[in-house]
Amino acid sequence: MSHFLDRLTYFSNPRESFSGDHGVTTGEDRTWEDAYRNRWAHDKIVRSTHGVNCTGSCSWKIYVKGGIVTWETQQTDYPRTRWDMPNHEPRGCSRGASYSWYLYSANRVKYPLVRGRLLKSWREARLTQDPVDAWAAIVGNDATRRDYQQRRGLGGFVRSSWDEVNEIIAAANVYTIKKYGPDRVIGFSPIPAMSMVSYAAGSRYLSLIGGVCMSFYDWYCDLPPSSPQVWGEQTDVPESADWFNSGFIIAWGSNVPQTRTPDAHFFTEVRYKGTKTVAITPDYSEVAKLADIWMHPKQGTDAAVAMAMGHVILKEFYFPDSGKPRSAYFDDYVRRYTDMPMLVMLKEHQLPNGETVMVPDRYVRASDFNGKLGQANNPEWKTVAFDESGKVVLPTGAIGFRWGPDGRADQGQWNLEAKEARHGNAVKLGLSVLEGDNPSNETAKVGFPYFGGIVSPHFANNASGDGAADVLVRTVPVRRIALGKEGEKREALVATVFDLQVANYGVARGLPGEMAASSFDDDTPYTPAWQERITGTPRAQLISVARQFADNADKTQGRSMVIIGAAMNHWYHSDMNYRGVINMLMMCGCIGQSGGGWAHYVGQEKLRPQTGWTALAFALDWIRPPRQMNSTSFFYAHTDQWRYEKLGVEEVISPLADKAQYGGSMIDYNVRAERMGWLPSAPQLQTNPLQVVRDAQAAGADPKDYTVKALKDGTLKMSCTDPDHPDNWPRNLFVWRSNLLGSSGKGHEYFLKHLLGTSNGVQGKDLGSDDAKPAEVRWHEHAPEGKLDLLVTLDFRMSTTCLYSDIVLPTATWYEKNDLNTSDMHPFIHPLSTAVDPAWQSRSDWEIYKGFARKFSEVCVGHLGVERELVLTPLMHDSPAELAQPFGVSDWKRGECELIPGKTAPNIQVVERDYPNVYKRFTALGPLMGKAGNGGKGIGWNTQTEVRQLGELNGLVTAEGATCGMAKIESDIDAAEVVLMLAPETNGHVAVKAWQALGKQTGLDHTHLALHREDEKIRFRDIQAQPRKIISSPTWSGIESETVSYNAGYTNVHEMIPWRTLTGRQQFYMDHPWMIAFGEGFSSYRPPVDLKTTAGMAGIKPNGNPEIALNFITPHQKWGIHSTYTDNLMMLTLSRGGPCVWLSEDDAKRAGIVDNDWIELFNLNGAIAARAVVSQRVNPGMVMMYHAQEKIVNTPGSEITGARGGIHNSVTRIVLKPTHMIGGYAQLSYGFNYYGTIGTNRDEFVVVRKMNKVDWLDTPATTEPALDAQQA
Amino acid sequence: MSALHGFLFQVYPYICLAVFLAGSLIRFDQNQYSWKSDSSQMLRAGTLRWGSNLFHIGILFLFVGHLVGLFTPHGVYGIFISAATKQMLAVVAGGVAGLLCFAGLTLLLHRRIFDARIRHTSHPTDIAVLVVLWVQLVVGLITLPFSWQHADGSVMLILADWAQRIVTLRPVDAAALAALPWPYLLHVVLGMTIFLLFPFSRLVHIWSGFASISYLFRPYQVVRARRLNLPPNHNQPDVRLPGAGD
Repeated sequence: MSHFLDRLTYFSNPRESFSGDHGVTTGEDRTWEDAYRNRWAHDKIVRSTHGVNCTGSCSWKIYVKGGIVTWETQQTDYPRTRWDMPNHEPRGCSRGASYSWYLYSANRVKYPLVRGRLLKSWREARLTQDPVDAWAAIVGNDATRRDYQQRRGLGGFVRSSWDEVNEIIAAANVYTIKKYGPDRVIGFSPIPAMSMVSYAAGSRYLSLIGGVCMSFYDWYCDLPPSSPQVWGEQTDVPESADWFNSGFIIAWGSNVPQTRTPDAHFFTEVRYKGTKTVAITPDYSEVAKLADIWMHPKQGTDAAVAMAMGHVILKEFYFPDSGKPRSAYFDDYVRRYTDMPMLVMLKEHQLPNGETVMVPDRYVRASDFNGKLGQANNPEWKTVAFDESGKVVLPTGAIGFRWGPDGRADQGQWNLEAKEARHGNAVKLGLSVLEGDNPSNETAKVGFPYFGGIVSPHFANNASGDGAADVLVRTVPVRRIALGKEGEKREALVATVFDLQVANYGVARGLPGEMAASSFDDDTPYTPAWQERITGTPRAQLISVARQFADNADKTQGRSMVIIGAAMNHWYHSDMNYRGVINMLMMCGCIGQSGGGWAHYVGQEKLRPQTGWTALAFALDWIRPPRQMNSTSFFYAHTDQWRYEKLGVEEVISPLADKAQYGGSMIDYNVRAERMGWLPSAPQLQTNPLQVVRDAQAAGADPKDYTVKALKDGTLKMSCTDPDHPDNWPRNLFVWRSNLLGSSGKGHEYFLKHLLGTSNGVQGKDLGSDDAKPAEVRWHEHAPEGKLDLLVTLDFRMSTTCLYSDIVLPTATWYEKNDLNTSDMHPFIHPLSTAVDPAWQSRSDWEIYKGFARKFSEVCVGHLGVERELVLTPLMHDSPAELAQPFGVSDWKRGECELIPGKTAPNIQVVERDYPNVYKRFTALGPLMGKAGNGGKGIGWNTQTEVRQLGELNGLVTAEGATCGMAKIESDIDAAEVVLMLAPETNGHVAVKAWQALGKQTGLDHTHLALHREDEKIRFRDIQAQPRKIISSPTWSGIESETVSYNAGYTNVHEMIPWRTLTGRQQFYMDHPWMIAFGEGFSSYRPPVDLKTTAGMAGIKPNGNPEIALNFITPHQKWGIHSTYTDNLMMLTLSRGGPCVWLSEDDAKRAGIVDNDWIELFNLNGAIAARAVVSQRVNPGMVMMYHAQEKIVNTPGSEITGARGGIHNSVTRIVLKPTHMIGGYAQLSYGFNYYGTIGTNRDEFVVVRKMNKVDWLDTPATTEPALDAQQA
Repeated sequence: MSALHGFLFQVYPYICLAVFLAGSLIRFDQNQYSWKSDSSQMLRAGTLRWGSNLFHIGILFLFVGHLVGLFTPHGVYGIFISAATKQMLAVVAGGVAGLLCFAGLTLLLHRRIFDARIRHTSHPTDIAVLVVLWVQLVVGLITLPFSWQHADGSVMLILADWAQRIVTLRPVDAAALAALPWPYLLHVVLGMTIFLLFPFSRLVHIWSGFASISYLFRPYQVVRARRLNLPPNHNQPDVRLPGAGD
């Protein structure tokens, strides 16, 4: 009753003493203890997870008390791992445990918010006009439009209502579709695996109205293009439990304990079995502390380390000193599973010094031979090899066997059985022309491009030995073969990939007069001695690690693993870093072996039920194909970063390439790629695609033929040729589940300037009239500012992106919605669940987009009806179109070939959009799943059973109309059930069908991998009860089993399923003309490129403090929930509580900086203001800034720009690489998030300087933004 | 003037006492989590060791001195000691304690105001209490030379009489006090104000400080039973509890 009165019961309380008055028992009040009991009491526990871009994918217990989420702890009920391995649990890190802070923090977005000036104009216009006309009036008037655009980033939001914002957004979408075309409505959201239904909500809406979904994996630069290049696979990796099966692990640029925290225990546990661990990282990072050996090459030179390690492996295990045999395991592995035996043509090339050498050209194909080796189906896509007697053979498995009509002669020959395709006899392929009964006695001097001698202001080169020239001339054993049909016979000099590869690595093999390294101490490319000068790594350490790595693989049949991280992938020449490492793994037979292989855990988070999800997400049940775009090329063009391009093609071209043929600028290559059907386009055509179809009808022509003709005669233009023309601007942008402008927006200041049209920190001038202008793209004297009419962001917190948006919508947090979550690190699928209802006025993403769809269907009436339009799609990987362009590069625009859609140009398809029924379509499973079936990665199956079962499960639409009788997709759980029902990974019946479908292509029976789980059907309520292990499916290259952990490439090696590459095998060699021209046919070391952004800034705006130039490295966040969410108070409290960058003691001394000083980092791209963390951890020459430190937290003004001090991407600008644009060529074909240009950012340099004056810019803004002054 | 004096020495004491007692009670009942000394030792030890110890030794001595000195009726101690001797004792002992306390309090006040970390984590009443205590202490020390002027202890007797009559609900005429030199008056008024501030500040920990003396007298082991009203001898061996075990 009363604490005080209760104490007045002293005498009435029983008090009994014991132990001779040494103790007493009292009956005093104990209710105060309830305070402690209640602190940890709760009403319920709900299973959810963190829908963050983390591969952790940990299941969590969410505690709810009194309708409030109180805290979270790790779930511990995962299904057990195999008997002989440690369990996964508990999974979850302290950063994830801080998440519940967001739900009730001041930073939560609670109501729909609209930029005040926009809302004022809207309400005025709405008084007299219908929604679409009101929007037209606002954006049609440049003054009104610029009025709110220029306030982006400066606050000024006012509260609105859901009805009102839905109407604005729907009206903007309808107007944009009507006026410019649906492909001007853009949506950006990353990593579906982290919350599949949320992603699907937006992408389904966009796909129904014809909008564009943007890629993220390539844009984040987390996609390693080397993976599709080598394997034809986006990225597939072992689960973390497989680390425990390894015998030797190298963590190369991957900071395992910091960034893979819930999995790091396997890395530690395996050491108790004696496994050695090596960390390769330039800074003394968390993983360096954990590993047995720390190698620290200069940042950006990893490829040199990898090449030298490859040299050691080749020398010691393939060509060991006399008396020792070659590793039998390696020899057998590379013969069966890599392109090493494949034949490559050599052609003559004259070096500048007049010497004539041979250079590797393309693979020899069946079509080169007389009679095409009897192949009627795709002979130009079938590679050949020698058998042991030196005779040409046609092994099965090349990509030509994959595609063709049913019932063809070579059906079922797409497999890796060591067989001759023509007669089915077993064959052992020859690795070298020197092998067998009939060795060749001919050798040739072959030239390989060498880039290690390039002089760079910041990176050491090595031009000694063979490296004195930019072409390495080396001795290769060759053989002559006869090609050509009767009457056109010609002789060709060919070599195996193996023989070429050995020569490229400079490994001596005892040929007479051989040009190769005489020993590891010979300072010539690519020996351990050679790399010392470039990387600073002691040769003895490198030799020792390489030797141990290979020795372990040899003895354990491939149980050596490399865990590899984005740190190596974010360089312009990431492919060389990665292929250098992949080569080591392939040469040691590690790929596809449990405990071995390539483990790239970066930003990908395996979307396990992918094929079930794509149907829902891209509305494939209603309209095919969807519009998808690679973000890197899109943002390069539309944030006008291309106008500032300083990297010339001549700087990255091979010394062996014809420079005259490869001129122009980077964007020219992208335009050509779009035109030839290699890369996607968005927007696609300068004319509204609805109008194109109308014009075609008016002309009485088939829309497709009409388009071909109009493209050829120039009346129709592709948008990519003029990205600055107002008709080609992206107009509406949706951002959800992402912090595009606070985190991933590389070239941040260019986004602000050109896409958003607001205050920015861009310092450099565009190329201007003097510099070479792009040949394929129209140059506007004045670059546009403010291309976007409307930027809508859905978030639960006021992020930097929200700050720059026009409309901010409060979305449900990860504890307030139902969704699905998977990862590549573990085999489980588990949910996000609504522990509590969305707080304040927030709604789940599914409900928000459903709301847009409903309003869209209303306001479009009178403006849009049932419309037909054109969709252009590139030549897609894993479709027959990947066989489009077998030889050479032909551009129809240049008259080099005919314009044939789907062959020499993008595919052109006419689709019908029923705009007034967008809402009905959104909420029902459309008819195409039943009619056209489902599938993925080139495998298709009938799914009528599942469609029927979904109708039973979710219920059928009863309302009259376009969707009556179809399965409902009303709620987020309905949507989750669609994914789970349709995907082989969560529906055993579908898995068996999928394996059967694959079996038709391989001629082998794979159903044993799923038959034992055929009756399993995982439902949403199942995974709420406990995470479930998924079912093996041919979508992925590993299997779920009780005998082996998931490992990438496992089914390729053990089920004989070819890799989805040209040769059907893992490829050391890339024979596309552009790969060769850009010097990446074979691996090599390429130094970072010079982006020339600091020279122009040094000393321009002096403040009296010294200025030094350092390499700008942006590693993974430590004090944030994964690489983002750094505005969390707990994370801020643990760290410095605001933006900080790390630099070395030496550099700090040089620049007069002490720890915790305010410093500025700047270059032509912009500026960052942050505090200095001076640490021995950092190598001199670089500065590190963790990802995504929010601009909204403790960021002062910059002395350079006068604006607020920027985010980590304020000093970056993306640069494209032409080899990533290649398409229509087997594995080098576009796939969404699969292949394409990547947003590299590691080669950047910044000027670092101590700040004189810290200005918090906390006075009220002047009436008009500074921007106006700039323009005046 | 006399109205003010009347208020200050006849009414104000009761306001202060009422607020002090009722306020402490209410705070104890309603807001137990705020009942604490709010030590800032965790944030910065530093001068706290000297400051806090000197201050607490001094203030405890002064507190007991005032308590005994003011509230012991003259008739009681007069048997052993004259007023003049008592005053001499008070001035000397109190002066020494006052200097100790002054040194400690000055350290604490300096630390609280000029140590940014402490300053920023301070509640306004934390600073107010320290300032008031410091002023009160200084004023108290200022009264010492005045006491020399009437070494017979007469002023001391007036003040003691006033205090004793206040607590026995027989307030004296304020005029008797009003004639005293200003430092005495200021010291008295400030002293009462400290009681006024008491329930609203960290001073409440003084209650607990005195209550903790009971710790000295408790048995080595205290078992707090789960249930109230336990039957007698329930914890004695061989006694079956009614209703238990069947």
